[in-house]
Amino acid sequence: MVWVGAGFTAWAIGFWINLRLARLPPSRATGLAAPVIFGVTLLVIWECFVRGLGVPSVILPPPSAIAARFAVSTHILWADFVQTAIKGALTGYVLGCGAAFATALAVDRFDFLRRGLLPVGNFVAALPIIGMAPILVMWFGFDWQSKAAVVVIMVFFPMLVNTVQGLQASDRMQRDLMHTYAASDWQTLVKLRLPAAMPFVFNGLKITTTLALIGAIVAEFFGSPIKGMGFRISTSVGQLALDLVWAEIVVAAMAGSAFYGGVALLERSVTFWHPSQRGRAS
Amino acid sequence: MRRTVLPVLAVLAALLVIWYAGAVWLNAAWAQDRATRAGVELSLVELVADTWAQDKPKLPAPHQVAVELWQTTVEQKITSRRSLIHHSWVTLSATLLGFGLGTALGIALAVGIVYNRVMDLSVMPWVIASQTIPILAIAPMIIVVLNAVGISGLLPKAMISMYLSFFPVVVGMVKGLRSPAVMQIDQMMTWNASAAQMFWKLRLPSSMPYLFTSMKVAVAASLVGAIVGELPTGAVAGLGARLLAGSYYGQTIQIWSALFMAAALAAGLVALIGAVQRVVLRRMGMA
Repeated sequence: MVWVGAGFTAWAIGFWINLRLARLPPSRATGLAAPVIFGVTLLVIWECFVRGLGVPSVILPPPSAIAARFAVSTHILWADFVQTAIKGALTGYVLGCGAAFATALAVDRFDFLRRGLLPVGNFVAALPIIGMAPILVMWFGFDWQSKAAVVVIMVFFPMLVNTVQGLQASDRMQRDLMHTYAASDWQTLVKLRLPAAMPFVFNGLKITTTLALIGAIVAEFFGSPIKGMGFRISTSVGQLALDLVWAEIVVAAMAGSAFYGGVALLERSVTFWHPSQRGRAS
Repeated sequence: MRRTVLPVLAVLAALLVIWYAGAVWLNAAWAQDRATRAGVELSLVELVADTWAQDKPKLPAPHQVAVELWQTTVEQKITSRRSLIHHSWVTLSATLLGFGLGTALGIALAVGIVYNRVMDLSVMPWVIASQTIPILAIAPMIIVVLNAVGISGLLPKAMISMYLSFFPVVVGMVKGLRSPAVMQIDQMMTWNASAAQMFWKLRLPSSMPYLFTSMKVAVAASLVGAIVGELPTGAVAGLGARLLAGSYYGQTIQIWSALFMAAALAAGLVALIGAVQRVVLRRMGMA
């Protein structure tokens, strides 16, 4: 009962602090502090309620138990991270995005291909491609190659569609100007159309970061060697070791956020000229 | 219209050709293997014919998938467990429930974020952060845990669908509810409109195009959530279960037909929302 009371108190305190913060003039500090306080409050409430209501740890372990498990089993988590995130997701991401980018450049040269491929690509990008996972596991075996293959297929179409759209982003006037400069096709591409396409390209790169990690993890449900994040999650659920599952989820969340953040940082330095980037204080 | 139909058909035809060629290439090894064991020499025609008609091919030819689809949808009773329609319905019901819940949650959150500065400051970053978590990875755990609590059947799958589908709706609706121009808001003010009137008569109507666009994204995500949610339930029913069972027993034709069914479902749902969008926006005078 004491714990539940403490949970409600933490809730009230967190809410009150954020209420005060919201009244302050908006600044970088309040923009950063408010979500942090919200998150910490959530964790405290979670901890208090799990302890107070006596929720068994096979259903929902408290955050402290997850943190303890995380600290103890770092070597397992690291091995899983390397297997799934680096070997599976990152390899597939680089290959898939690279292939999509190259295809987009090729497609862009032929109007006929572009008009045919864009609707098809848009359609395929909305399909549940993750269902290809069992087939690719069958083709490429249980190790990380099959996971990378799943990721390649998942990221290919969103990336292709975005890049093809981006290459159309420069307007007629700008292209005519390049023409009056007697610029070759190649020069127009490198100096005008590729830079103009960058916001779209990065949009695709950002969307596909999460897809890559999801693809690599879910593909492991269909068969994997005895390491990997998806493997660990599905077997630990079977053993009711939910604290390890949650530790694995924390790793996945951190990897996902870092991956996304890295691409977003890169975007900011490449497309610094774009209106969506200019307004921000850096 | 005709400017796109021809190129699209050409691309689709090219894909079909690549598929048939791929089937020959991937299945040839097994066909040769069987022929040598039987002690016969295969001519090229026989080889190709064999690769397109295997029982458990590495890559089934398109017509094999089409035949399987026909047999499991039209020639089976809908109540039969072999009927793909039955499995699709299981997945579809979870998808729709999750999509409905997710859209409701997304709209509620968006209204809160737009009208409450505390929520804007503290919740919005977490909504974004929640999507960098590969949520599908948690799917098996959510299913197992909810089963342990006593909730089973449709709801756990719908929860996963909901989690995947609320995000696009929140982002789209926040943008949409903030889309009225300052001029329009000022106009409402001069008419002495209350906050409720402002919401119902200005903000909500002007958010409709945004809502429909994000609902299309959300429903596709919701279907993926339902399919992945079926994987750990022990392969009872649903398209995800068909995929899993197919991969256990090497029934590639079954996997591909389930995949095509899922694709058809996704396309149908997106097209349906697109149709509703057109009708609604036209009646509102916005399209």
